Amino acid sequence: MPSYLFWLFATVMLSGGAAVIAFRNPVSCALAVVACFVGLAGLFIGLSAFFVGIIQILVYTGAVMVLFLFIIMLLDLKDEEKRAKALAPLAAGLSLVILFAVQLIGVLSRTANKSAPELDAATLATAAANLKEGGKIATALGEGRLPDTHLIGQTLFTGYNLPLQILGVLLLVATVGVVALSKKTAD
Amino acid sequence: MATLNDYLLVSGLLFAIGLAGVVLRRNIIVVFMCLELMLSAANLSLIAFSRFNTVNGLPDYNGQMLVFFVITVAAAEVAVGLAIIVALYRARQTIHTDELTSLKG
Amino acid sequence: MTLAWILFYLPIAMAAANQLVLRRNPLVPYLATAACGVCFVISLLLLGANGTTGFSWAHIGGLDIHIALKLDHLSTGMMVVVTGVGFLVHVFSLAYMKEDESVNRYFCGLGLFMFSMTGIVLSENFIMMFIFWELVGLSSYLLISHWYHKDSAADAGKKAFLCNRLGDFSFMIGVLLLWGISGSLGFEGLRTWANDGGVAAAPATLLGVAILCIFGGAVGKSAQLPLHVWLPDAMEGPTPASALIHAATMVAAGVYMLFRLQLSIGAEAFAGFAGTTIAWIGGLTALLAALMATQQNDIKRILAYSTLSQLGYMIMAVGLLAGEAGMFHLYTHAWFKALLFLGAGAIIYACHHQQDIWKMGGLLKKMPITTATFAAGTAALIAVPYVTSGFWSKEEILAAAYHGDKFLFSIATGVAFLTAFYMTRAFVVTFLGKPRSDDASHAHEVGPIMWVPLTILALLAILSGYHFASDLLNATRPEHIANTTVLIASIGTLILGFGTGFTLYRGRDKDPLSIPLFRERFYFDGIYDNFIVRYFQDAFAAIIHFLDELLINGLLVGGLSRGAVSLGNVFRKLQSGQLQGYTYAFGLGVILVVYFTVFL
Repeated sequence: MPSYLFWLFATVMLSGGAAVIAFRNPVSCALAVVACFVGLAGLFIGLSAFFVGIIQILVYTGAVMVLFLFIIMLLDLKDEEKRAKALAPLAAGLSLVILFAVQLIGVLSRTANKSAPELDAATLATAAANLKEGGKIATALGEGRLPDTHLIGQTLFTGYNLPLQILGVLLLVATVGVVALSKKTAD
Repeated sequence: MATLNDYLLVSGLLFAIGLAGVVLRRNIIVVFMCLELMLSAANLSLIAFSRFNTVNGLPDYNGQMLVFFVITVAAAEVAVGLAIIVALYRARQTIHTDELTSLKG
Repeated sequence: MTLAWILFYLPIAMAAANQLVLRRNPLVPYLATAACGVCFVISLLLLGANGTTGFSWAHIGGLDIHIALKLDHLSTGMMVVVTGVGFLVHVFSLAYMKEDESVNRYFCGLGLFMFSMTGIVLSENFIMMFIFWELVGLSSYLLISHWYHKDSAADAGKKAFLCNRLGDFSFMIGVLLLWGISGSLGFEGLRTWANDGGVAAAPATLLGVAILCIFGGAVGKSAQLPLHVWLPDAMEGPTPASALIHAATMVAAGVYMLFRLQLSIGAEAFAGFAGTTIAWIGGLTALLAALMATQQNDIKRILAYSTLSQLGYMIMAVGLLAGEAGMFHLYTHAWFKALLFLGAGAIIYACHHQQDIWKMGGLLKKMPITTATFAAGTAALIAVPYVTSGFWSKEEILAAAYHGDKFLFSIATGVAFLTAFYMTRAFVVTFLGKPRSDDASHAHEVGPIMWVPLTILALLAILSGYHFASDLLNATRPEHIANTTVLIASIGTLILGFGTGFTLYRGRDKDPLSIPLFRERFYFDGIYDNFIVRYFQDAFAAIIHFLDELLINGLLVGGLSRGAVSLGNVFRKLQSGQLQGYTYAFGLGVILVVYFTVFL
């Protein structure tokens, strides 16, 4: 991915994130999160993780954030009251963030950098040689495409079958839990 | 071309922004959103590692698997969390953390 | 070996089933008796068996504790005595305790006792023996205070338990000392150690002290001086239980244990001051208890002091390095003393729980079977020559004393005279003459459930001394060496004692002799109550009070709690209840962790 696209999406993402903190209205915050996630999905796609990028848009922005908006509107939340911003917590929070950022830069400067390995037709074709001849994945790789979804599907259903099923149970439990939680109890 | 450290830096900054949001904001829904930001920051790191450490010339799909699971669990978490917030609002008529201090010793 | 485990577990399984499952079921006494009968049969089947079976129970450093059953000549012979007397006592109790409202609790206690006693007899090492040693103490406590609503019974139970504890503590110290000296707790291990010259190599004084400490356990359990005070009071318990526990088996456990020790480390180890002390304590107990018995009026107490005196005999024999003689006397004594106690039980039952011999009299005509059996028991106890079992065993002890220590021999002869005297007194006053109270005049013969065990025991009291019986039952028996002096002394004291007793008490309505010193049991109980209990207990209580109030309560418990409260108050301040505050601390923590892992 060209550098300028990376910086574009990174800026979208980070400014979205900053807007989440800055906006007072929860609805604006939610929309800022959406913007942030769109930028994030761009970065994912830039990293050749097409499937995850799409999932990020579909699940997060499409479902989760809609749920957030739904709840915000359900609860009919007004703007946070204009209260005198105490300076101390703000300073403390910012100092924490700055400390974290400084430490992050410190850590990164001490570790070896790495540029992305090539994913061109030649390497893909080499990768295809390790796979079963004539399979969908091998064919696509041979044609110089990265069949991201196929590869994820294969990994998911061969290497992560049990976690996947456990995850299904987890979702079921969460569903039941949500129903139980939001049921109005008769007083 | 962006290097691994660029991605990690951006991811770390997003995490820091999320943390700052959690610390600073008083509206529990916004705090919850900031938590989602922090999760996504972790996801970004994982995807970057997956892309920058190839296996047999292909991205390491184990990393992407982890992201897939995190997203799914996060969706469940959001559902439960929001249900709790609704229940909380019903019980206390507020979702401002300043007013939720029953943990005070 | 499976049989041995069945023998071991059956009584406790039965007692547990009775207590936990059946509870108030009227079948309980019969089931308990049946179980005990099975145990007796198994004991008979195990006669002559040899071997060890068991498992490792705990392993602490170099200390390996086994729960193991050891079958040999000594233990199988002893098991027959324990289960035989136990079974007959069970049968007798069926009738004796019939009207008791908590008869089931009584039979559970008996079951627990049988289990514990089996454990002592079959145990393969001192730790297991100690465990069961404590358990018999417990079951004895439970049975003595069976009628716990009576203050005297509850107090007697406590007294017995405390005296036993005192002895048990000494026992434990002794066992640990012995372990320290020899590095072994098992009887086999001790034997190997002794055979390898361990006794000679060990410091003689330390070994003697260890033996004396172990003997302390026997002092408590077998009620020797100065811890003998509990046994007469233990007569507050039901009479059959007294017959089983406080006459035939548990009190003899001390002798058994000492003989076990003597077998393991060899009699030579007892030579020196340890053996002398043991012999003298036994001899003195025999003498003092016999003197006390001459002035008691309660039939059970007479028998209790007689038991003390006979136990003194056995202990003396062990101290004189003639453990076989002690064990043989234990074996014969178990039969005839159980017989005497059960006979006393039958009399008490017939006389509506009247225990004073001066309020009995003339029972010969009313209870002929009981009288005959009681006479057999008395004959065995006063050692009528050649006919009774008691003669053979007492002869061995007298011979041992004759060879060991002439002074102890004279004491033992004196005791023989006294025994003949007080038993004649008890017999004459109880059975001859005419009834001296309504209870006695209304007495009539007891039912067959009671007199059948009496008859069996009477047969054993006579026959068990003969070689065919003692060999059949695997009794430990020393080689008999004819000794004219001993024989003359034995017969002479018998005739003298019997004659004195008979002429003095025949036809009397009240005691012509009054020796307060003997009647008041040499004021032992008074001294204990007034001196030891009062001063020691009060002083000890004051110290304990001080420790408890100031040190424990004020400093440790109170101080700790105050410290915890103030510390808690400090941490309470941290709990602001502010969600953000917690998050901030958490974030700071993450940063610190990263700092320490990456930059340091």
